[in-house]
Amino acid sequence: MSRRFITFTRIINTGIVNFVRNAWLAIAAMAVMIITLTIVLFSIITNATFNNTVAQITEKIDISVYLKEDTSKGQGQELAQDLRALPNTRSVTFLSKEDALQRYKEQNKDNPALLSAINQTDNPIPATIQIKPHDLKKIQDIRDYLSKPEVKKLWEDVSYRDDRKAAIDKIAHATNLMRKAGIVAVAIFTLISFLIIFNTIQMAIFNRRDELTIMRLLGASTWFIRGPFVVETIVYGILSAFASIVIIHLLFIASSSALQASSLGLLDISYSSNYFNGHLLQLLLMQLALGILIGAASSYIATKRYLKFKTK
Amino acid sequence: MHVEPKEFVIVVGQSGAGKTTFLRLLTREEKPSSGKIIVGGIDYDKLRDKDIPLLRRKIGVVFQDFKLLPNRTVFENVAFALEIVGATNHEIKATVPKVLDIVNLRGKEKRMPMELSGGERQRVAIARAIVRQPKILIADEPTGNLDPKHAWDVIKVLEKINHYGTTIVLTTHNQEIVNKLKRRVITIQHGQVASDRDRAEYNA
Repeated sequence: MSRRFITFTRIINTGIVNFVRNAWLAIAAMAVMIITLTIVLFSIITNATFNNTVAQITEKIDISVYLKEDTSKGQGQELAQDLRALPNTRSVTFLSKEDALQRYKEQNKDNPALLSAINQTDNPIPATIQIKPHDLKKIQDIRDYLSKPEVKKLWEDVSYRDDRKAAIDKIAHATNLMRKAGIVAVAIFTLISFLIIFNTIQMAIFNRRDELTIMRLLGASTWFIRGPFVVETIVYGILSAFASIVIIHLLFIASSSALQASSLGLLDISYSSNYFNGHLLQLLLMQLALGILIGAASSYIATKRYLKFKTK
Repeated sequence: MHVEPKEFVIVVGQSGAGKTTFLRLLTREEKPSSGKIIVGGIDYDKLRDKDIPLLRRKIGVVFQDFKLLPNRTVFENVAFALEIVGATNHEIKATVPKVLDIVNLRGKEKRMPMELSGGERQRVAIARAIVRQPKILIADEPTGNLDPKHAWDVIKVLEKINHYGTTIVLTTHNQEIVNKLKRRVITIQHGQVASDRDRAEYNA
């Protein structure tokens, strides 16, 4: 066994022994860490759920362009082709007058009166281009393209009207805002938890400052003194990460039985639950990384001032 | 002034004369405002912060107020000095009892510092200082807090260690001890060496 390895294991051992001896301090620091990490985790899941909801809405939304009577089938197909070239169009479908009529009949097959009325006239349904966008927020691009004079003269009407645009914009805006609020909340809680953990560690070190001085006088290296504190706080971080995962898991169990996995507006709880279960490992690893980072950084900084050589 | 290897030097002087400062300069707890310090070939002017722990590992120090770790047993306190230098558990188990023998503390390994008398604590501190077998041992008024009998026990331990070949720098203002030891005596006054005599006696 090399001396380095012996020292390394000693640092780890001392850290764990200190953790056990300082049980109350550990509980106080960990409580804060658990709350922070739970909020972080909650925000991530909520964010994923919002994104999913937005994706679902985007999926359902299409823009229908109703072409003029005098626009030829060739011109319609050409326009569809041009629309496909736009970066924000996911799919563009061209329906000729016949196709559109066919679809109309299909949609209204339970209404024989309407069908017979349609059959007696000379196909009143206009040729239609259906556009599905990639990103709701950038739908304006498609609008702009359709407003160009040479394009505009080809169509009669667009289903994407101002009221609908407003609704879509509102959803996009709301999710965006919530995402930002989530990030700010996470940042603030991380900062507060960092300060409290920092303070807790600093008090622990203050109580044992004579011991640190003695260790220094006996020639202990910086890491031989600091190491156990860092190990101790890393243990806080690891345990808190696991605790936050367990808490969220319990919350899902409680909410799924209460709400029967129902959908609450933008918050699709069954999706959240599936997302959590599906990404359990990634989420756990992320929580561990965050917990270890907060713990290690706070004890590193808190010990720094006591480890300086006070030579004048 | 110069101290030879294996010498036993007593530094005397009134309170505030600079005895402790002199020792703190040797352990690099303080930096000199002027002058040069070289110990065992190490020039203190060229010492960087990260070398200080390595320097301190080479010098054994006994403090007037013992400076034992309060939450550790006698054995652990002595073992700690070895843990710092990365000794194996095997080495620690072999070395610590031998050193406790030298200072006559066998059988008190499991005691906490609080449970010991002043003289016993001071001997734990000496055991800790010599367990790494330093070439130099610095003792800052090790008898200052002790009654005459215990004080003499501690001095006898120091003489024993010096006999094994360790250089000893001892500060004291105990006249009786100085006169009994009959060693080189350096007197410090107002931060200056006032006298440096061999086999000297001292009258405060």
